[in-house]
Amino acid sequence: MDLVKYAPVGQYLPRNSPLHRLDPRTKILATMALAVVLFLLRAMAGLGLFAVASLALLVLGQIPLGYALRGLRPVIFLLLLTVVLNAFFGSGGSEARTLFVLGPLVATEEGLRTGLFVGARLLLLVTITSLLTFTTSSVELADGLEWLLRPLRRVGLPGHEIAMMMTIALRFIPTLLEETERIMKAQTARGAEFGQGNIVRRAQALVPVLVPLLLSAIRRSEELALAMEARCYSSSAPRTRMKELRWGLGDAVAGVLVVAASALLVSVR
Amino acid sequence: MRQPFIEVTDLRYTYHPHTPQAVVALDGLSLSIGRGEYVGIVGGNGSGKSTLAKHFNALLLPASGRVIVGGQDTRDRSATLAIRRRVGMVFQNPDNQLVATVVDEDVAFGPENLGLPSPLIRERVDRALATVGMTAYRRHAPHLLSGGQKQRVAIAGVLAMHPECLILDEATTMLDPEGRAEVLATVRTLHRDEGMTIVAISHTLEDLADAERIVALDAGRIVLDGPTGQVFDQLSRSPLARIHAPPMARLAHWLRQDGVPLPPGLFTVEALVSALAALAGRDGASHA
Repeated sequence: MDLVKYAPVGQYLPRNSPLHRLDPRTKILATMALAVVLFLLRAMAGLGLFAVASLALLVLGQIPLGYALRGLRPVIFLLLLTVVLNAFFGSGGSEARTLFVLGPLVATEEGLRTGLFVGARLLLLVTITSLLTFTTSSVELADGLEWLLRPLRRVGLPGHEIAMMMTIALRFIPTLLEETERIMKAQTARGAEFGQGNIVRRAQALVPVLVPLLLSAIRRSEELALAMEARCYSSSAPRTRMKELRWGLGDAVAGVLVVAASALLVSVR
Repeated sequence: MRQPFIEVTDLRYTYHPHTPQAVVALDGLSLSIGRGEYVGIVGGNGSGKSTLAKHFNALLLPASGRVIVGGQDTRDRSATLAIRRRVGMVFQNPDNQLVATVVDEDVAFGPENLGLPSPLIRERVDRALATVGMTAYRRHAPHLLSGGQKQRVAIAGVLAMHPECLILDEATTMLDPEGRAEVLATVRTLHRDEGMTIVAISHTLEDLADAERIVALDAGRIVLDGPTGQVFDQLSRSPLARIHAPPMARLAHWLRQDGVPLPPGLFTVEALVSALAALAGRDGASHA
């Protein structure tokens, strides 16, 4: 099992596509706008259009479809849960048509439809947010976020610190996944069994993985803090950027396109 | 004698002072490191070598005594950033010192902290990556590189701040032989071509073979200090504080004990081979 390849969550994919070249602020704002639009949609037709647009963006961003699909794997469980729960307990009212009965549970057609709709919406939400992290490096993302959070500094929100924490979190996802894998192998070698028994047994089996992982993460954070200090980092001193934030023509075009697409989608609903 | 760059006078440092867990890490240590010198610091676990290194760039401040770096006292808070810029440090675990998810953005971290203008940062990043031979990987994700490559990126990150001195705190310990050779070659070039002051800390003497001078620590004190060949010869005669000479120095010592007239200061395979070849050539000539 290779966790790092299994779940490329939030992993930047260096390319030179038009999406990669956009200003990170444009991409963050566009993602936020599209997420809102996604929740305004009421019909499957709207979701269908949205899916087509997302696919087009993946192609434009030179993201291999297989890679994007692998990024969806971690949410599959959540997705199935959404569909199943909605099928059984979803809205339908008294005139809901029964699909099948499972003991005390009744699956309705309306419920299943709602489930599929909510599931598809979740899938598309993950897709467009992954699109942001696939095409924007953690540093760019942090710079953009810091800029967007700037107005909130007045009410005491530490924008720079939040952005720096996010950069580091993204940087350490693959490192900690690798470490999890190593610890799981070490515990397997000592007779631990994962993925066996009932759900309580499985959860218990994870304790000997999570404790060392947490301890090592704390040790890593201490070392990282020291290394950052050694490289003259201080959250109060003024920093500059190698890649300065700059709105360009591409950002204007992207902005217009996102607004137009959002308007179109919302009118279709 | 070269002009001193780092001057340590009667340095004492205790972890967790005034508690039952108090550990004296440095116990009245004095040391002077010259500008452009390549010094290896060796010692076992708990000898205080890492604690000493962290005093060179003001990550730790002396409990008593003084550390002067390039004329600046490390206890002077206003000089801390200037000292850290002048004295760069590479740590043991390459994963725990890389900040960004793309190589060139990580190298830019230091210069960005210094507040340099954007075009200058880019220029320095390009040069630093070229110096360590990692230009081809500039847009790669660090977590996909080998250990030696990650450590070279970490060195580039330090070089981009234009330091005068590079400290390697066990920087080769976690690497495989290939990665170790890559890093040592990079450091050798920096010392030879750029005249950079190098302080390499290790518990493996083989990794310090490039140093001009070896300082051996035990229990927070200096127990040996001298030119590399001399220190290795002495260690091969009598190991000190669990520090053993590298295999080639010991082999040369055994050969001398058996009556082979080898010159002193041999500790690499190449040096020993050429010394033996020279002896063989001379004997061959005298027999003819």
